[in-house]
Amino acid sequence: MPFVIEMLDIVKLFPGIRAVDGVTLQVEQGSIHALLGENGAGKSTLMSLLFGLYQPDQGTIKVRGAEVRILDPNVANRLGIGMVHQHFKLVHNFTVTENIILGLEPRSGLVIDLKRAARRVRELSERYGLQVDPEARIEDISVGMQQRVEILKMLYRDAGILIFDEPTAVLTPQEIRELMGIMRRLVQEGKTVLLITHKLKEIKEAADTCTVLRRGRLIGTVPVAGTSEARMAEMMVGREVNFHVDKAPARPGEVVLRVERISVRNPKGLLGLRDLSLEVRAGEILGICGIDGNGQTELIRALAGLSPLESGRILFKGQDLAGRTVKQRSDAGVGHIPEDRHKHGLILDFRLDENFVVHSYGAPPFCRAGILDFRAIRANAERLIAEFDVRCGQGGATPARAMSGGNQQKAILAREIDLSPDLLIVAQPTRGLDVGAIETIHRRIIAERDKGRAILLVSLELDEVLDLSDRIAVLCGGELAGVVDARATDENELGLMMAGSGREA
Amino acid sequence: MARRGSAILLPAAAILAGFALGALVLVATGKGPLAMFQAMLQSVTGINSQAGTFNPRYIGEFIVQAMPIMLTGLSVGFAFRTGLFNIGAEGQLMAGSIAATAVALWVKAPPGAHVALALLAAMAAGGLWGAVPGWLKARFNVHEVVVTIMMNYIALFLNNWAVVALFQSADRIKTAPFPASAMLKSPALSALTHGSRLNWGFGPVLLSLVVYWFIIEKTAFGYSLRAVGFNKDGAEYAGMKVKRNIVLSMVIAGAFAGLAGAVITVGTFSFGRALPAAEGYGFDGIAVALVGANAAIGIFLSGLLFGMLKAAQTLMQTQGIPKEIASIIQASIVLFIAMKYGITHVIRKLGPSRPGEER
Repeated sequence: MPFVIEMLDIVKLFPGIRAVDGVTLQVEQGSIHALLGENGAGKSTLMSLLFGLYQPDQGTIKVRGAEVRILDPNVANRLGIGMVHQHFKLVHNFTVTENIILGLEPRSGLVIDLKRAARRVRELSERYGLQVDPEARIEDISVGMQQRVEILKMLYRDAGILIFDEPTAVLTPQEIRELMGIMRRLVQEGKTVLLITHKLKEIKEAADTCTVLRRGRLIGTVPVAGTSEARMAEMMVGREVNFHVDKAPARPGEVVLRVERISVRNPKGLLGLRDLSLEVRAGEILGICGIDGNGQTELIRALAGLSPLESGRILFKGQDLAGRTVKQRSDAGVGHIPEDRHKHGLILDFRLDENFVVHSYGAPPFCRAGILDFRAIRANAERLIAEFDVRCGQGGATPARAMSGGNQQKAILAREIDLSPDLLIVAQPTRGLDVGAIETIHRRIIAERDKGRAILLVSLELDEVLDLSDRIAVLCGGELAGVVDARATDENELGLMMAGSGREA
Repeated sequence: MARRGSAILLPAAAILAGFALGALVLVATGKGPLAMFQAMLQSVTGINSQAGTFNPRYIGEFIVQAMPIMLTGLSVGFAFRTGLFNIGAEGQLMAGSIAATAVALWVKAPPGAHVALALLAAMAAGGLWGAVPGWLKARFNVHEVVVTIMMNYIALFLNNWAVVALFQSADRIKTAPFPASAMLKSPALSALTHGSRLNWGFGPVLLSLVVYWFIIEKTAFGYSLRAVGFNKDGAEYAGMKVKRNIVLSMVIAGAFAGLAGAVITVGTFSFGRALPAAEGYGFDGIAVALVGANAAIGIFLSGLLFGMLKAAQTLMQTQGIPKEIASIIQASIVLFIAMKYGITHVIRKLGPSRPGEER
């Protein structure tokens, strides 16, 4: 098989770092080629070089055997390279067809020939088994369907090489399986697929070949069929990885949090959460899973005191939390690790030591008579940095912005755990973190459970929910689809419940 | 340390570039820049390097120019630390000026207390004038820039109406003179500086600089204001009272500007004045805060710089140099500073995606 893409000995330098350091990537025509690596391994940089967003400092790129210089994405498009971005680029109140033809509208005279375009979209959709309705509006179709519209966009432009950037992050397990089927279909029709991911299972399921990067360097290219997941993980991380989270069976105690039939409005003013009831006991982890945007955010905000309840009530240690402010709740023992650590979890422009006291700055020992005691604030930071192994260049004086994602998350965890809360709300604790940091944070969460705290874990990563939780509550469309025992369920069942079919509550 | 280094280096470079540009414009109009720099030197030190004479009156006038713009600089800077853009220092200043005039004319009190009352009333009025946009922002999310600009006009015409209708101005331009007890005037200071308008106003100004530094850097309140300024959502998630902080920040910002109104009215002048148009102290304050990086010491230094540029204008005219050159220098310093923000912003946007920022 000839190589359709060859990136030979590519080097890309950014100030102070070799983002891509002598990487060679050769992709066979008509194959699914996975690019595996942790965050910061250089996957996205390498693909940006191929897509014309950056220029390499060294090395050559060949497409179909001919050396090319890809100066911008338009050149990439002309070479038949298309990219399905992680965040879709669609106009929400346009139809599928209108979105697909944006930029190269077929005309008859002065008007756009939408009929002709829709016909072509339908043909393509049928040929590749995408089942997309060309007349549907983007805002009315599911996320999985939107992704297929992005794929159709590429096909409409006759792209022969399709790059998928972390395509499964927003999909249910069933949708992921469908996507894998679509990729195989694309390859059968002679297309080539480049799959950027850090999920080994998907590579195992779909890819033919896998290229592993670590810290900008090429670790190796292996045939997927003859390589175990454990081996690929080791290549990616550089050491053996323990996938399984070790934990003893939970010993649930008293009910710490009881949510009774609450409804909460979302920012659009609609009920994002309807009539939800839950309880979490001391010493157990209740996982909340669901597709993004199915009421998780509303639940977290209601518990933390950021959104008012429309109806129902929340009892914490038997007391109604109605009317309690965020501050009063955190003082009473509700810890909260927000889902967006940059926007909500940290003040990025503050130093680390300042970030450690965002809850407690107003009271002794950090403040006396309204005046901050910086010595106490610094000492507090030193203690937490040591206890939680937060890596930061300048200790407490490190700007939060300058820290790595994993260490930022450890810092937030340290701050919230240090409040010794009875209830810890943990949202998306490992999003975007590398394997090492994920292990640390998971172990810490379980340790807190074993200390007898009640933990509410909200995550979009199904594996994470399955690994950590003792019981799992599934949200669908803002309602509770059911609560299951974590040991007695699997991805399949959860996936069906997330999609709105399956076990009744 | 690198951060602190660049915080001094970049404004310094912008200031030098501004002066260079001013000199260049001057040369282009066929004048030597030397006379301009001599005029500036004289306006700060009182030394006339050509004639070899010394007149301390210039020093006094220079300080008089610097005092109110330091205060409006503090006003803009304080709001900015909470993430608010206070374009309304001008209006808050005029509200303060009206209040100071009212106290000076209508209240009878012993000398020290009378002037203190005038200053406090001015701060309260400025604070009130700042509270309105603050409250509208917190309650209804109305943008403070729009509200403060509108309130500048309201304050200007309120002032002009008050001078005539409330304070019974005979000539419709200025009120009756204030009693000595209500004024910051000091014959001693004036005599020391050869008859300048220098007055005790620098006392409240210096005190304000210290108070500003103390609130922002040392208190729990200042900490929460800065948190809101850097990341409103993060502060809300942490349980801080974001809305209360927005209102309070505007109140305090308004108080600083209100005080500036008093320093001008009962210090530099001795009567209330009707004005044909805003005098630009509020906008000077934006420049002062910007160049001073919203820090107390920075606002002090840039207040001196812009005070010098204002003070030098009359001298420059007597030397045959168009006084607009000073405005050009001031404007280009602000532009260069603004470009600094723009340039770092562009670098950050276009710059490399570092490891960890991937995906």
